Amino acid sequence: MRKIWEFFKGTLVLVSKGSTAYYAWMFSLLVLMAAGAAAYAYQLRNGLIVTAMRDQASWGFYISNFTFLVGVAAAAVLLVIPAYVYKWKPIKEIAVLGEMLAVSAMVMCLLFVTVDIGRPDRFWHLIPKIGILNFPQSLLAWDVVVLNVYLFLNLVIAVYICYKNYNREEPNPNLFNPLILFSIPAAVSIHTVTAFLYNGLAARPFWNASILAPRFLASAFCSGPAFMIILFQVIRMYTRIEIRNEAIFKVAELIAYSMFINLFLLGAEVFKEYYSNTIHLAPMQYLFFGLKGHSNLVPYIWTAMIFNTAAFFLFLVPRTRENYVTLNIGCVLIFIGVYIEKGMGLVIPGLVPDVLGEIYEYYPTGTELLLSLGIWATGLFVYTLLLRVAIPILTGEFYLGDDGVKPVIVDTEFIRRADQLAEKSYRD
Amino acid sequence: MPNGEDRADRPFRMSRRKMMKGVAAVLGAMALPGKDAPASVWESFFQKNFRELSGGDKARVIARLEKEYGDKYGKPVKVGTAPPLEGVLYGYGLDLSRCIGCRRCVYGCVAENNQSRNPQIHWIRVLQLNKERGVDLEEAEEYYNPSKVPEKGHFYMPVQCQQCESPPCVKVCPVQATWKERDGITVVDYNWCIGCRYCMAACPYGARHFNWKKPGLPAAEMNPATHYLGNRPRPVGVVEKCTFCIQRVRNVPGRYPACVEVCPVGARKFGNLLDPDSEIRYVIENKRVFILKEDLNTRPKFYYFYAT
Repeated sequence: MRKIWEFFKGTLVLVSKGSTAYYAWMFSLLVLMAAGAAAYAYQLRNGLIVTAMRDQASWGFYISNFTFLVGVAAAAVLLVIPAYVYKWKPIKEIAVLGEMLAVSAMVMCLLFVTVDIGRPDRFWHLIPKIGILNFPQSLLAWDVVVLNVYLFLNLVIAVYICYKNYNREEPNPNLFNPLILFSIPAAVSIHTVTAFLYNGLAARPFWNASILAPRFLASAFCSGPAFMIILFQVIRMYTRIEIRNEAIFKVAELIAYSMFINLFLLGAEVFKEYYSNTIHLAPMQYLFFGLKGHSNLVPYIWTAMIFNTAAFFLFLVPRTRENYVTLNIGCVLIFIGVYIEKGMGLVIPGLVPDVLGEIYEYYPTGTELLLSLGIWATGLFVYTLLLRVAIPILTGEFYLGDDGVKPVIVDTEFIRRADQLAEKSYRD
Repeated sequence: MPNGEDRADRPFRMSRRKMMKGVAAVLGAMALPGKDAPASVWESFFQKNFRELSGGDKARVIARLEKEYGDKYGKPVKVGTAPPLEGVLYGYGLDLSRCIGCRRCVYGCVAENNQSRNPQIHWIRVLQLNKERGVDLEEAEEYYNPSKVPEKGHFYMPVQCQQCESPPCVKVCPVQATWKERDGITVVDYNWCIGCRYCMAACPYGARHFNWKKPGLPAAEMNPATHYLGNRPRPVGVVEKCTFCIQRVRNVPGRYPACVEVCPVGARKFGNLLDPDSEIRYVIENKRVFILKEDLNTRPKFYYFYAT
């Protein structure tokens, strides 16, 4: 017990120490978080009228971000499968970073849902036994369950790996393997359930397509890993952690396949809607070409289409995939492309035109943008804290001392160019 | 909704002072009751779902609400809890050949049911349709505004809650804050709704409305004859909808819903579907009725027909 307490104290020391760059980064995030909190306070005082959401478009930017971030959380599983199912060593060493990204993405998801609801004071109504969780009828109830399970699962796995590493021990396979294997269907479940949440609404033909859940999965396997690739490069540049090229290129290759499936499924949907040309075409028409002079989303969706297609080719061709300039361009294109397509591009056309044919053009207000920025900053803040502890553990700069109780902390220079890091002795 | 106008009054004009006030309010305005909040606030915070309230609890809740509304609107307010009448299933008929699109039903409903005046919430949306196109919602115009109705070449279709036998909105609610009563009316517990708006996404008829802002209801216009599940004043951040004027129709002797009463051309019919002699049964038997979006299998109890 004492050992765990000392470990915990050690992590507090770690997060409070770092380079100037680390402090600057965390401080800027705190500023954005404060701005987001102010926007939330403003929204709580005045009601959701400060957003651009109205009865016609009853969900907007918050739920769009939520939907996208459920996808980002999939980054973990794309690393877990090669690492633990196929025991591929280059990725196994860094899979924990993916799990931590999943934790941070889940935190953001839960925050986005919280700021979207009209009565956050009544959140306890969702807690089974104390309140009433309408399970299994409501898909939103399912989502509450799977998102929390996934958050908890990834948190446990990540903390367990780190703690074992800190103790210089191997994880106990009897305990660890079932957990890690369970995290794979759990990741699939958060996407499936979130897709079904939209999919199950017969009132909204744009969402009421069976292809929605597979599309969710395919695009999820693009956005999260694209973020990871950029992050891996940052991490190996600014810390002592080593991430091999082959791990990065393998992730990029997996993205190329996922993006192909994503584009194919989208094409299937576009064909069906346009060729059959029923009244259910209206939302898609609104999204891609505008409807009756309303075309807010058109430039965005075409940006997404061009970005996704371009990135697909960059990742498909080995030469551009293994060139860091084109690789990084591809990652940025995918992240933005999927953010548009899986965010506003998915949520808004479900609601516009509305069920009685009215077109209300939704465009987020400053409050919505500021509040969302605050939540993104919170997610990055959480992720940085997690990395601040995990990375020294992985590089052997934070470990259990020889007395078996006190931690040894070598790393005090978190976030500094690797080639400028002071030559400190490693533990071995 | 005319877009330019709507965007202009989006209130994102945050002055520094307001911002600081906002910051100060972060914790307070977490909307949780403060330390020295009156006992009634805590009572309201911990109030159970209406269907789980025991007789005694229910009486206390009603007393609390009647006092709260009475103080706020400066007149005695009754909050009824009349249960469904035995052997009654409400049905509604709307004669499209008579409706002239005057929207008296819209405003009669607002006056009866204590909807917010600012911003305006309407439980009835009247659509102007082209005679040539028939009931084609993609061509519908809700914001028609001529000096005189009906306009040539058009007919009118009011849409409100269709009181579905198989309501998709009820199924999706994550906390069972909305349900269908035995007499077929779908109701909302405004004290239990968390404001997630999933029901609004699920409703195929646009019948559910959200209190985006604290409802603006002038005391003078407040109707004090209310029902807990119907027209009592609503808080901010919850969903509301048409209840066939539950506060009227469950009384013995009952009254017609306000929209039926106010319609100047008698286009609106209302009655008990289980009573073979009711007017609504007569309409179903002798006219040819249709329901909206029958392909969704929601089985509305709101029947449209053309009498002439």
